[in-house]
Amino acid sequence: MNMISIDEVVTPRPEAAVRGRSASLKALLLGCTALVALLLVSVVVAIGLGPAVVTPGETARHLWAALSGGRIAPDEVTTYQIVWQIRTPRVLLAALVGAGLSAVGVAIQAMVRNALADPFVLGVSSGASVGAVGVTVTGGLAVLGVHAVSVGAFAGALVASLLVYAASSRRGALSPLRLVLTGVALSLGFQAVMSLIVYFVPDGEATSTVLYWTMGSFGAATWGALPVVCVVVLAGLAVLYRYGRALDVLSLGDETAASLGFDPDRHRKVLLMLVSLVTGVMVAVSGAIAFVGLVMPHLVRMVAGATHARLLAVAPLVGAIFMVWVDLAARTLVAPRELPLGVITALVGVPVFIALMRRRGYTFGRR
Amino acid sequence: MDLELDELTVVTDGRSLVRGLSLQVPDGKVVGLVGPNGSGKSTALRCVYRALRPSSGTVRVGERDLTRLPLRDSARTVAAMTQDGGVDFDFTVEEVVALGRAPHLRGNQALSGRERALCERVMDRLDIGHLAHRGVLTLSGGERQRVLLARALVQEPQILVLDEPTNHLDVRHQVDLLSLLSGSGLTVLVVLHDLNLAAAACDRLGVLSQGRLVASGTPEAVLTPQLVGDVFGVTASVVPHPLTGDPQLLYSLDSAR
Repeated sequence: MNMISIDEVVTPRPEAAVRGRSASLKALLLGCTALVALLLVSVVVAIGLGPAVVTPGETARHLWAALSGGRIAPDEVTTYQIVWQIRTPRVLLAALVGAGLSAVGVAIQAMVRNALADPFVLGVSSGASVGAVGVTVTGGLAVLGVHAVSVGAFAGALVASLLVYAASSRRGALSPLRLVLTGVALSLGFQAVMSLIVYFVPDGEATSTVLYWTMGSFGAATWGALPVVCVVVLAGLAVLYRYGRALDVLSLGDETAASLGFDPDRHRKVLLMLVSLVTGVMVAVSGAIAFVGLVMPHLVRMVAGATHARLLAVAPLVGAIFMVWVDLAARTLVAPRELPLGVITALVGVPVFIALMRRRGYTFGRR
Repeated sequence: MDLELDELTVVTDGRSLVRGLSLQVPDGKVVGLVGPNGSGKSTALRCVYRALRPSSGTVRVGERDLTRLPLRDSARTVAAMTQDGGVDFDFTVEEVVALGRAPHLRGNQALSGRERALCERVMDRLDIGHLAHRGVLTLSGGERQRVLLARALVQEPQILVLDEPTNHLDVRHQVDLLSLLSGSGLTVLVVLHDLNLAAAACDRLGVLSQGRLVASGTPEAVLTPQLVGDVFGVTASVVPHPLTGDPQLLYSLDSAR
């Protein structure tokens, strides 16, 4: 019988191996470059479209003027303001949130080992809604002015995460199943609190705040909030990317993770803090946009495979592009009214998802 | 490198799963851990691959106390083939095997040419080279077992622990896997259910019952009709294997005690 020994096994055959590796790296780089280009084009096109249509060339010229401090003719000031003050922050916010939700979805699905998990499974979105509605109803945090509701939502999101963490950790262990179950239970609790507030404070503003937060909108986007979101989301993406292989290992199960030198509980704690922070910030400025964080990871996994470093490079780009177009549809389809984002993400995403799933025999990670 | 369990005790929720287990696995030897269901075999192994912290007692590799090493350092010395082989996402076989290199790599650092060649050799040896690009979720149970063993081997450990590695394997791959273990030169601690395979494959056996080591020694010394009756509650005749002389058990179905 042909015996194995570790020494004998290590006869290198580097040429073939290196070629295979650089080919897949090349494909990844090529794909990401194409997606970045597509994202830039989408952003420029989306900024140009709306009640007042600006051609992509004009849009690019205005954007360039804004970025480089160039001059604009007096009769173009209105267009410039529409492009730079109103639409650009909104489209950029859409891109950031789309990217963030997709990446957080990828990370959460791996860390709780559940293909049905999404960024909101840990109660973050319903906590945020309670925070936002609470601030609206009580008029609390009034010193913060227009940002009061966002700050309230963020505080609610963080409280929710802390509660989930406290309720699900046991002797320093953070079991994936307990995490999900606690998140689901707390979400239902927060929803009840929210319904209660709306029931007893039947003012229109509270109701519309609830609707806004449960369906999602970029309508409130301004340059003011953008830097915070930008820094948090991009930093979150960078850190998550560095956790790529750790997520691979975590998704093999806790026993295996330990045997490969990864402390599953410690990694889950760090990741939980990270995704709560990023999700909280996103929900605070855009509400809980359903579906993106659940489906984008699966869609990208079907094409790019399950390796998390690769997923975390590709999924944010795809999510950003998707969200830019979804937001464009939301504000143009039934103008001057706006459709809630959650409606469009579901209407577009569900059929695409089911079609792809049936075509590829995708397993959702299980048989 | 020697592996030594020293007075290993595991208490969870007031229940003693392993009580004062002391066992030596000399360098390069294969020691089998056998015992009825719930006797603490897997629990003892979990302490060796660091999924569980012993309540008292230690696990030593060479001179070092394994329970005090950083996880990453112990993962470079000890590899495990565990029971939780479930993979939740559709990684390819190649990707799962490559994760065995994780304790040797930083972050997302790519595998070197040598490491990729190592993965290929191990996959070829375990008869899964042709499955390299298949999704692990599409594999049969036996194929998946071999993927998990390949992942443990590419870890390049000095010590290998396996929890019922022959589960789901057909006879040929059972025999192949166990002879691979004895020919590997690695220090091996393996939990096995099949006493005949254990007798044939292991240099020494440890018998666990209710968390305690009740017998240890060579298969010939340990596997007596008396012990098999006491520990497993079955009547068995022990006969020498006609070719190898290893003790082999013949069970009598009517006389379960």
